[in-house]
This record gives sequence, C-alpha cells and structure tokens, in this order.
Amino acid sequence: MTEDWRNGGFGLYIHWPFCQAKCPYCDFNSHVAATIDQSRWQAAYLSEIRRLAALTPGRVLNSVFFGGGTPSLMDPDVVHAIMDEIRACWPTANDLETTLEANPSSVEAGRFRGYAQAGVNRVSMGFQALNNDDLRRLGRLHTVEEAFAAYDTARAHFDRVSFDLIYARQDQTPDAWRAELSTALSMGIDHLSAYQLTIEAGTAFGDRYDRGKLRGLPDDDTAADMYFITQELCERAGLPAYEVSNHAKHGAESKHNLIYWRYGDYGGIGPGAHGRLTLNGTRMATETPLFPTKWLEMVENSAFSDFKTIAIEPTEQAAEYLMMGLRKSTGISQNRFASIGGAPLKTNVINDLRDLDLIALDQDRLRATPKGIAVLNAVIRELLPDG
Amino acid sequence: MTDLKNIRNFSIVAHIDHGKSTLADRLIQMTGTVAERDMKAQLLDAMDIERERGITIKANTVRIDYPAKDGQHYVLNLIDTPGHVDFGYEVSRSMQAVEGSLLVVDATQGVEAQTLANVYQAIEADHEIVPVLNKIDLPAADVDRVAEQIEDVIGIDATDAVQISAKTGIGIPDVLEAIVTRLPAPEGDTEAPLKAMLVDSYYDAYLGVVVIIRVIDGKIRKGDRIRMMKTGGTYPIDRLGVFRPKMENIDELGPGEIGFITASIKQVRDTRVGDTITHERKPCAEPLPGFKPSQPVVFCGLFPVDSAEFENLRDAIEKLALNDASFSYEMETSAALGFGFRCGFLGLLHLEVIRDRLEREYDIDLITTAPSVIYHLHMKDGTTVELHNPADMPDLTYVDHIEEPRIKATILVPDEYLGDVLKLCQDRRGVQLDLTYAGNRAMVVYDLPLNEVVFDFYDRLKSVTKGYASFDYQMIGYQQDFLVKMQILVNDEPVDALSVMVHRDRAEARGRAMCEKLKELIPRHMFKIPIQAAIGGRVIARETLAAMRKDVTAKCYGGDATRKRKLLEKQKAGKKKMRQFGKVEIPQSAFINALKMDD
Repeated sequence: MTEDWRNGGFGLYIHWPFCQAKCPYCDFNSHVAATIDQSRWQAAYLSEIRRLAALTPGRVLNSVFFGGGTPSLMDPDVVHAIMDEIRACWPTANDLETTLEANPSSVEAGRFRGYAQAGVNRVSMGFQALNNDDLRRLGRLHTVEEAFAAYDTARAHFDRVSFDLIYARQDQTPDAWRAELSTALSMGIDHLSAYQLTIEAGTAFGDRYDRGKLRGLPDDDTAADMYFITQELCERAGLPAYEVSNHAKHGAESKHNLIYWRYGDYGGIGPGAHGRLTLNGTRMATETPLFPTKWLEMVENSAFSDFKTIAIEPTEQAAEYLMMGLRKSTGISQNRFASIGGAPLKTNVINDLRDLDLIALDQDRLRATPKGIAVLNAVIRELLPDG
Repeated sequence: MTDLKNIRNFSIVAHIDHGKSTLADRLIQMTGTVAERDMKAQLLDAMDIERERGITIKANTVRIDYPAKDGQHYVLNLIDTPGHVDFGYEVSRSMQAVEGSLLVVDATQGVEAQTLANVYQAIEADHEIVPVLNKIDLPAADVDRVAEQIEDVIGIDATDAVQISAKTGIGIPDVLEAIVTRLPAPEGDTEAPLKAMLVDSYYDAYLGVVVIIRVIDGKIRKGDRIRMMKTGGTYPIDRLGVFRPKMENIDELGPGEIGFITASIKQVRDTRVGDTITHERKPCAEPLPGFKPSQPVVFCGLFPVDSAEFENLRDAIEKLALNDASFSYEMETSAALGFGFRCGFLGLLHLEVIRDRLEREYDIDLITTAPSVIYHLHMKDGTTVELHNPADMPDLTYVDHIEEPRIKATILVPDEYLGDVLKLCQDRRGVQLDLTYAGNRAMVVYDLPLNEVVFDFYDRLKSVTKGYASFDYQMIGYQQDFLVKMQILVNDEPVDALSVMVHRDRAEARGRAMCEKLKELIPRHMFKIPIQAAIGGRVIARETLAAMRKDVTAKCYGGDATRKRKLLEKQKAGKKKMRQFGKVEIPQSAFINALKMDD
C-alpha cells in the first residue's frame, strides 16, 4: 500500500530564527541577536540536512521553504550552500518550488539577486499594511515606499512573488480595508496572503490586550465583514481563496503550504521547527529545541536528546488531516480520512452541517463552503470524533 | 436542679445588625461564663454562614450564672432564636420555651421590618418585653425618637428602655438586672410527670443528634427512657447537660430549665421541633399545644454543573438533610439538566443557605432552577393537586382553576424611596393593605403573590431603595388567579428547566424579558437560534440569536498542526460538559440569570 504522505508530497522547512526587531503581534520563534556567526549556522543546517536525508533516502523533494524569523537576513552564500546540499541529498522535482520569506526593505532587496542565483524562485514578502502609520503600529521597520520598491526588485529576480497583509488592525474600518486591498490587488500580483490580526498570548499585543490597552480593534462582526470583503475583492480580481487566508491565480498557489494542507510529509530544520515524517510506515511528529543557541550546540555535538520524534496515533493523524485539509477550498477526501484514522466521518454530523450549508459533498470530496470556512473551527469541532 | 424563682429564660429580638449577637457575647463575657481567652465574636453563631450573614439559623442556648444585686444567684437561660421569617415556626417554638424577651433596637436606625415580625412573635407568646436601645454611644443615636417609635409602631412602653452600647459594654449590668427584676420566673411542677419541649436539634459528628429541650414539668435524668410524643420514638438518655456555651454535663434538669440531651438518635428527622418529650414509663397526659410539622413553601431544582458530580451531590444533600429536617428533596430528571434534585425550602433565605452550604462545604458547582411555589390545582374531576414544579403542569383541559399562595409583606422604607417601592409592589401584582408613617419612614403592608417574590423581589427592593428598605413576610393563604405555565423554546425545543408559572397579564412582559436575556446568555452557534416564550401552543415573545459569522484560525501551517489540533480537541471536550439541548448548548449560568428581571 502506498504511504499516505504521498498524497501530499514532500517538502523541507528551514527555520532562520533571527529578526532585526520583534513585531508586537508575532508569536513565532524569532529572536533578536547582536551578532550572528553565519558560517556556524550554515554548517549546522548542512549537517541537519544530511541527517534528515539519511532518514528519507530517495524521496522526490517538491518544495523548500526558508521561513523565520527573517530569512532575508541570511547571507545569500549560506542559502546557496544549503540549496547545493539539498540538491545533493534528494532527487528534486522538476518544478521544485523554493520560497524565501523576505522583509520588503531596501537592504534586503539588495540580496535578492544572490538568493535567485542560489535557486530561490519564489519570495513571500511581509508587507502587512499599506500605510506608514499602521506599519509603525505593527512594529514594522519598512515604509510603504520601500515596500513598493522592494516588490519591483523582487519581480525582476523571481518567477513568483507573494505578499502578506494584515487586516482588522486597530482603528481600521471595512471601507479603509477595501481601499487598501484594492490597491494591493491592482499591483498585478498572482498570490496574496491576507490574515486577520490575531492577538496571541505571550506577544506585546497580547499583553496590551490583557491590560485593556490595545484599543480600537474592530469587533467580531466588523472583522467578519472585512473577511467577506477580502473574499469578494480577491475573487473579483481573479485570485480566489484556495485556503482560509491565501488567494492565488490558478496555478500560482504555494506548493509548499499545500503540502501542509494536503497532509504530506515535511522535514523541519532549525530551532523550533516541526516536521511530519513517515518513517518505517509510521507518521512521526518531529520537533527541535526552540532556543537558537541550544539547537546550534546540540547539532554541533550530535546530541539530539531534546529533538523529539513522536509517533502520531491514527485518530490524531485523521484529525490533523481534517483540520489542515478543510482549510483548502477543495477540502478533503472522505476515503482518505477513513483510511488514515480507521473510521469514517459521522454521517449524521455531515448531514447536519450540509443542512446548514457549511459543508458540501462532491462524491468522495468533502469541503467547507465559503460560509463554512468562515466558521471552520466550529465545523471541525463538530466533525472531530468524540475523544 | 435550680429553684424556679431563681430562673429567668429569655430571648433577644432584633433586626439584623442591631446588635443581638454582640449583646449576647457581652452578657456571656460579663458574667464570666466564658474565660476571657476563649472569647470570640458571636459565640453563639456556629456556622460560617451564620457568622457571615449575621443571621441565626439554628436555635442556640446558653446558661449564664448571675449573682444579682439582691444577693441571690440566678440562672439565666438565653435562647438565641433564628432571626428570619423563613424559620417562623422554629422561632415560635423557641419563643414558647422562654418567658421574656429583650427587644434590641439600634438607636441610630430605629425599628425595622424584621424587628416587628419577631416582636409580634414574642407578644404572641405572652412575653414580658424589655426594650433595649443599643449603640447609644454613636453620634447618630437618637434615643428619644427611637423610644417614641417603639411605642408608636410596636405599642409597648419604652420609658424604661435600657440604654446600652453592646460594643463598649455600657449598660450591660443594667440589662442583667432588668432580666432578673422585670422578667417573670418560669412556672412548673417538679412532681408532675415529665413534660419537656423539643426546642431544636442538630447533628454532631461525635454525639449524634443533640436535642435542645426546655423542661416544663417534672425532672429528667441521665439514663431515663424518654418518648417523643409526636414521632413516637423512645430512647435512653446518654447525656444530659447545659451550654455555657460549651457543653457541660449535669445530672438532672427540672422545671423551667433549658439544656440538651443526647440519646443515640441518628437523624435530625426523628426530632421534630415543638414535639413533647416525656418519660416512657410515666408519661404526661397531654402533649404541648402548637406542634406543626415543618412545611416547605419554596421549591427549586438543584443540578450539578458537571453531571459526573451527581453522586457527590446526592451524598452532600443526604448529609445536609441529616441536620435539617425542614429541607426536603427528591430526585428529579430534567431533559435539559439531567439528574438532580427537586428541593423544598422554608423560604428563600433557607434556599440560599442550603445552596451556599452545598457549594461551599461540599465543593459542588450547582445549577439552580427558577424557584417555584406550591400551586393548588383544582382539577375538573374535583380533586386537588399540589404543583411543585412547573414542568409537571398537567394539560389545562383537566384543570378547573389554579390557586397560588399569597403573603403579607411588611416593608419599612425611608419616604424618598416610597414611590419606587409602591411601584415595585404594584408591578408584582400586590394589593396595598396599609401605609403608615413613623417619623420619616413609611411602613407599607402589601398582600403579594409569593411567586412574584420568590425570585428576585428582595434584590429589586434593595436596589430601588439603595439598601435602605427592610422587608419581612408571612404566608396568608391561597387565592385563585389567572395563572399559566410559560414555556421557553430554544431552537423550537421546549427547555423544561426554564418553564415558569406566571400570571397571564404578566406573561408577555416576562416572556419578552426572558427571551432577551437568553439571547445575551447563549453563545452564538453555527446557525441562527429562535428563542421563544409560549403559553400552550401560542408564542407570545420571540428573539433570534444570529448565527456565528466567523470562527477560523487565520494562520495554520506545518508548525501549528500539533498545537492547533490539541486546542480543537480540548474545545471539543469542553463542549461535552456544556448542557446540550437539542443542537444548542446552553451555559449553566443562563438557567438562573434568564429569570432576573430589570423592571
């Protein structure tokens, strides 16, 4: 029997944990460091790539993703060395997608040529907002003018360029968002990630929110309005949502992220990186130490005591497939869900959700409707088997 | 055994916070009954709830030895009576057990509704009453005005009122002298067969049931075999004693004396307040008059928030019932709330006390359903049915008419709030019986349906009068009225635990208020939820809870899979603990909060 991960493909995630400054909304594993010994980090990444390749020999690699942190702070030579090692370790797909997350500043745009030469063919730029006041409130170091210039540079070097925007920001009205999004869509992009601002615990915004000092956030109904405006405008611009927060022209979807949402296998390299790897027929969750220097030292000493590799129960795998898969506009395969977890979804729950127009069936496919995607957490809670 | 002429038995009548417990403490302290090092505030209030709320739930007694100015030694027995109308019958029995009362009135506040209710009980029991004006040391004290008020409102002579400050001790020796000189000694016949009144009882984990008695005639000794004349139980006495206020064994109690017995009695239920205790072999001819079994008047459902706690709730209720014969319970199942108990209480305070004790002493989170009174359903076939739970209301075609209990409510209120109080009483279908003034305070007496009072009347009264009104009530009987059962339907399904009996004229307003409240209390679901109030099949009010519009995680990538899955699974497990009704989950708090009206 074919292993289930093949339905989703195989990718590699490389985590660069450093930023120039920590953004107040960000709960990712990112750190601000005075000096970074890039050659030391390069050696560690290469060593991890070799270790991972030994576990997954001969797999065709569909995607590489440099995330962070701010990977556009990486020396292009380091990226180059990593890509060379990857190509030496695995056969790569003809359409290998190599994405790098970049800050849209002039300094980083200067490195774009080098990244392209290393093999990066897609960048995802953290625009976040298209006005300078809001960029400052979001703790971003770039300006709108710089972002536009960086975008032009990126277009010159990469086949595909995407950028991120955050909405439901403080004091943002639905009309202001409509105008801002229209501007973004008029730039001729083929991929856009539009995220509703989420206040996460443990962030500066989270602290301010708890103290009642984060004022002017749109209420739930207004945020919902903005979500539906996003769907409407992107659809009209030919970038329908292919996932909750991701919009693309047909064929311009992020191959890498689709591996997650199709529940394929992915290796996680770098501090705090997670992976899903099917080893000897068992899907494992892998996780590395969060703290950068700890990860670095452990890799250097080949001491992997804090590197976790835990088998995921079949029912948990099915839950993950459901949770990830329903984020896509194309939904999940019911047969695949049943074969992963050993039990099908409950018919009565499916019928209830269909009656509410929250999900739709097309033979084996089960997908959330646009209305259903907006309340996807509730839909998933219903569909999840009782624990 | 003490000589009758050297015994004085008394109680203290007062409104909450007028200083009853402080005065009792002071009398105990000044006579050296308790060593200084053992003194603590409110010696007689044993339960935390009694101490916190400043109310007495169980009767307590204390025996004080007092060498009076006439050179003789006296035994003073204080019975601290329950101070709330919920315990009216228990109060009346305690009052029957003594010959006199100290009427304590706060000289800064004046007479309050509860003072009146209790002093009338004392008058009914033919007590000699000694007025005591407390807190005379405070600048706000107005001794003359309050004395005048006692004469006007209560109608007893206050010229010789004893002026004291229980807090500082001023006037306490005068109170002791007044007890000896102004209260009568008890009467009784030492040689007659034993006749003693069961004043109250409580459960003690070590001794079993402890019974407080007042001997009327005859003598009682350790080892005697006694009979409870109403319940018929016979027991050998294990221990005989008095409270000082700690238990102290003695050999014998004679006429006029107050003390306790223990007799291997297992349940408080076997000891009925007001029963007559006599000797098994040589019984008295007649039991004491006035015995009444206690009757619950207010009912509500108690359900555990977590249905897995049902057995713990059963244990807790059984243990509480051991010590409280007036509290009744039976198992109940509700479609909405699962297994629980339908409980009967003497009144609202009693309900609150029991609920507090269950939550506090037994650590169980409870859902309390709407309090209900007992309706008399006169059926077309001529029978009469008592309805304790609106959910049990039979089909109306079988019912000829319905009667509901009514109360006489006495409210004392500063006149600036009188308008609000009258409006509240009118809104609650009250009929004004009396309106008089005593100084700048109005005393209003209303005939009110108990069902309009059981829920939040007292809260509303406190809120419209900023806490300045005092309130008391007594049951006055049943009266026919146009009552209907109002159902609440959530998502087209009736929720039995939210059914209430209402007057037909009040149904629309009540229904609208409940639907509006529920709309706030029920969280949004994936679908819109109609919330309706209906009488029979007819909908009289409707609200719609809009569907949830957005609940989705903005970002979910490879690194989020484990954490987000665990979160959703946890939320799913949490949902199982909510009360599912049809497809709708109703939070616990909704069941009681839906009934609160902001009129």
